[in-house]
Formats: sequence, structure tokens, C-alpha cells
Amino acid sequence: MVELIDLVLLGMLAITALRVIFLKDLFAVVMLFGLYSFLSALIFVNLDAVDVAFTEAAVGAGISTVLMLGTLALTGRKEKANNHTALLPLLVVIITGAALIYGTLDMPPFGHPDNPAHQHVAPRYIEESPKEIGLPNMVTSVLASYRAFDTLGETAVVFAAAIGVLSLLGMPKPGGVAIDSGLKSHLVLRVVAKLVIPMTILFALYVQFHGDYGPGGGFQAGVIAAAAVILYALVFGLPLATHVVRPNFLKVLAALGVLIYAGTGVTSFFLGGNFLDYNVLASDPVVGQHIGIIVIEFGIGITVFAAMLGIFYGFAAQAERTNIQ
Amino acid sequence: MILEVISTILLILGAFFSLTGAIGLFRFPDFFTRVHAASVTDSIATILIITGLILRTDFDLVAVKLLFILIFLLLTSPTASHALAKSARHGGLLTLAEIRESKKGDND
Amino acid sequence: MLALAATSVAILSVMALALARALKADTVYDRILGVNMVGTKTALFIAIMGFLNGRPDFLDIAIVYALINFIGMIAVLRFFEYTASEPDEDTQEKSK
Repeated sequence: MVELIDLVLLGMLAITALRVIFLKDLFAVVMLFGLYSFLSALIFVNLDAVDVAFTEAAVGAGISTVLMLGTLALTGRKEKANNHTALLPLLVVIITGAALIYGTLDMPPFGHPDNPAHQHVAPRYIEESPKEIGLPNMVTSVLASYRAFDTLGETAVVFAAAIGVLSLLGMPKPGGVAIDSGLKSHLVLRVVAKLVIPMTILFALYVQFHGDYGPGGGFQAGVIAAAAVILYALVFGLPLATHVVRPNFLKVLAALGVLIYAGTGVTSFFLGGNFLDYNVLASDPVVGQHIGIIVIEFGIGITVFAAMLGIFYGFAAQAERTNIQ
Repeated sequence: MILEVISTILLILGAFFSLTGAIGLFRFPDFFTRVHAASVTDSIATILIITGLILRTDFDLVAVKLLFILIFLLLTSPTASHALAKSARHGGLLTLAEIRESKKGDND
Repeated sequence: MLALAATSVAILSVMALALARALKADTVYDRILGVNMVGTKTALFIAIMGFLNGRPDFLDIAIVYALINFIGMIAVLRFFEYTASEPDEDTQEKSK
């Protein structure tokens, strides 16, 4: 049953990808990319990779679609005509693809317990993490404790991406000219959006603090909270949204999240442990682990929220500026 | 036992309605009738299927989450369809009847 | 169990049909309609999959799907109204 569903989903994925290649209308391409993300997230769900599916659905299908639409608003929706012959690239792709398929012939059988991936560190995580960290969701244990240093790097990457985009596009100025924006004529939409936004923020908080027990965590929660404000900006216009969450406040938040994360590491230094070693944060190592994970997840959530919303603000402000001119 | 029978009936009904909606997406002649097919069956299928699933839980947190999904989908899905249809209307898309009328006008 | 499996197969085929509609659409609105239908049906599909596999924490993902689908839909509409209000101004400016 599961294999059958996987095959059907993979087929749908391949057809969508082919259609994306041959479409010239970039607007349709962006929408189909959203579908592509949805389908691949479904495959992750089917493979029991719940946390990955969560991230793919929130980031890949949600925020990426919105940001790509923002880009299209700046660049126009028609693809440039391409006059180059595609013969050489096609040859390269075919050779690479053939080599990859040849490589898969030597791969160990899918999902077999003796595979190298299940022999390296995975047994230790599975056997020791309930004793050492004591969280029901093992993904959070690995992400936030065993691999905390990697995750710090990822958070720094998100922060750096936000800095990069904002230095190119610039933040909107608060209290600027209130030009006509937002979906003014859609009355039903405005009422429903007002109902949906609080529910979304509540759900984001649930994902943030329930990440220790179920799928979710700082990354997903930050994205969902940002999506709530983005929905507000889409329906009611950018000026009102910047009034609620000020761009300068976002800049502070983005830095603050990384600072909280790194600060937790430095604190464990001063208490006599290694960098990001939460055992020393409380008298009981397991309690220390819990405190450390909650604090750094909070830091991740803040940074991701601020970075995603900041990038959206950057694109939207640029689009409105070109609209005025 | 009774609950399971009811749940099975609800699930099958829901599956049936969503299938009719999908067929309507292809068989109906113009965009507005297609929106109609998609959104109406969407709502009824959501209600039936989620209710059918709720009857299979132990009425704990899972049931509450399902209820949350139900409310959420019932709020957003018709709204999205409504906004889409309104947008299409704004964009100048005509219904089949209007197209026929304008053609008649041309012939006269 | 059988009812759940049958429903999941039905929803999957509805998704395939809606996907076909989204891939092969006459107007851009038809495409949006197809995409939206795939989104809502995916949320239902995940909820059913959660029951089939005995993993109720799948429901969190179904909520995210419903939410993200709505926001993506609004973003698409917003973009569409934004570009449709001045269809040719940009191209005219560039050609000058």
C-alpha cells in the first residue's frame, strides 16, 4: 500500500517537473513549483520523515512561493526566449544521469537495517538519547543537542541570507505614503483573514513549544508565524503590516535570536562544560538538556521569523516602489 | 461498532463527493461552473471525511486536532474559491450564458 | 481499515485529476483552481494516512498544509490583481 502510494506520488512529481520545464509562463511555473513542494512533502510524510515534511510544506510550498511571486512582481512574468541549441547540455545531462543510475545499482537495498546509514551514529542516538536527553521526539534531540553546533551554523546562514537580501533591496520605511494596496475589494477575504491570522499565530506557538514532543520546532514555528504576518500584509497592505511589526524591530529580532543561541553556548562555557553542552545548565543533566533545547529553539524561532518576514518586506517594498514610479 | 459503521458510511460518501467534484473540474463547460463543482464538493467532502475520522478516534487530543482542521478548512477553502471567482470576474472572464448572449448580439 | 484505504485511494485519484487540471489548463484561473484543490485534498489525504499508519502526529502537518495552501492562494491572487491592474505599462516603459 505504502509503496503503491509512493509510486503514484513520484509519478505525479515527475509529470509536474516535466510540465514546469516546458511552460513559458513564469507565473504558472511558480504555482506548479508550489505543487511540486506539496507533493514532495507528501512523499516525506509517507516515508515517516515527519519533521522534514513539516519544513518542506512550510518553507518550500509557502514562503518560497510567496517570495518567488514577489520576484515576479519585480521582473515580469514572461520567460526570455532562448535561441541556444540545447544539444550539448542535453548530452551532459544524459551522461550524468546515466552515471547516477549506474551508481544506484551498487546501492544497498532501500530501508535495509544493515545499510551504512544505520550503522554509524544512528544506533547510539536511538539507544542513548532517551536516557541522555529524554525527549520523545528524537529528531529534536539530534538537531538541538547532539548536532547543536550544525544547527547554530544553519541559524547563522538564515541570518546572513536576510542581511544579504536586505542590503540589496532595503526595508520599507515605516509610516510612508499610504498608497492603495492590499486586496481592498475582497470583503469576505478580509473578514476571514482576521479570523485565520490569530489561529495561525496560536498554531505557530504550539509548533514552537511542542517541538520536543511531536514534529516541529523553531524553524517551522518561525516560518508559520512569519506566514501569519505575510497574510496580513497581503490582504491589508504592506503599510499596515509594517505598522504592526516594524522593520527596525525585525532587524533587532533577527540578531537577537542568533545571540540567544550562541549565548547559551557561551553560558555553558562559563558553567564549566563544552560549548553548547547543556548538561551543566542545571544540577540534573537531563533537566539541563531540556532547558538548553527550549532556549535555543526559541532563538531559532525568533531568527527565522525575523529573517523570513524581513526578506518578504524587502521584496514587497521594492514592488510597491516600482508600482509608484 | 455502530460508530465504525457510521464512520465507514461517512468516509465512503466523502470519497464519492470528492470524486464527483474532480469529474466536474473536467466536465463542466465554463470556469464559474467549475469553481462551483470544486468548492461545493470540497466543503461537503471535508465535513464528511473529517467527521468520519473523528468517529474513529478515542475523542482525545486527536479529535480536537481534527476538529481544528475541519474548522480551518471550512473557513479557508470556500473563501479562497470565492476570492478566485471574484478575481476572475474582475479580470473580465464571462460565464457561458454571457458568451452566448454576446455571440447572439453579433449575429443580429 | 478497508474504508480508510478506499477513501485514501479515492482522494489520491482526485488529487491526480486536479493535478491534471492544473497542468493542462485553458485559463490561469483554471490552473489556480486545480492547484487549490490539490492543496485541500492533500490535507485530507495526510489526515487519512495518519490513521492508516497509526501515526496521529501527522495531523499537525495536515494543519500546516491547509494553512500554507490558503496563504499561497492569497499570494497568487494578490500578485494576479497587482499585475492585471496595469497590464502593459511596464512593457511600454521599457520599450521607450
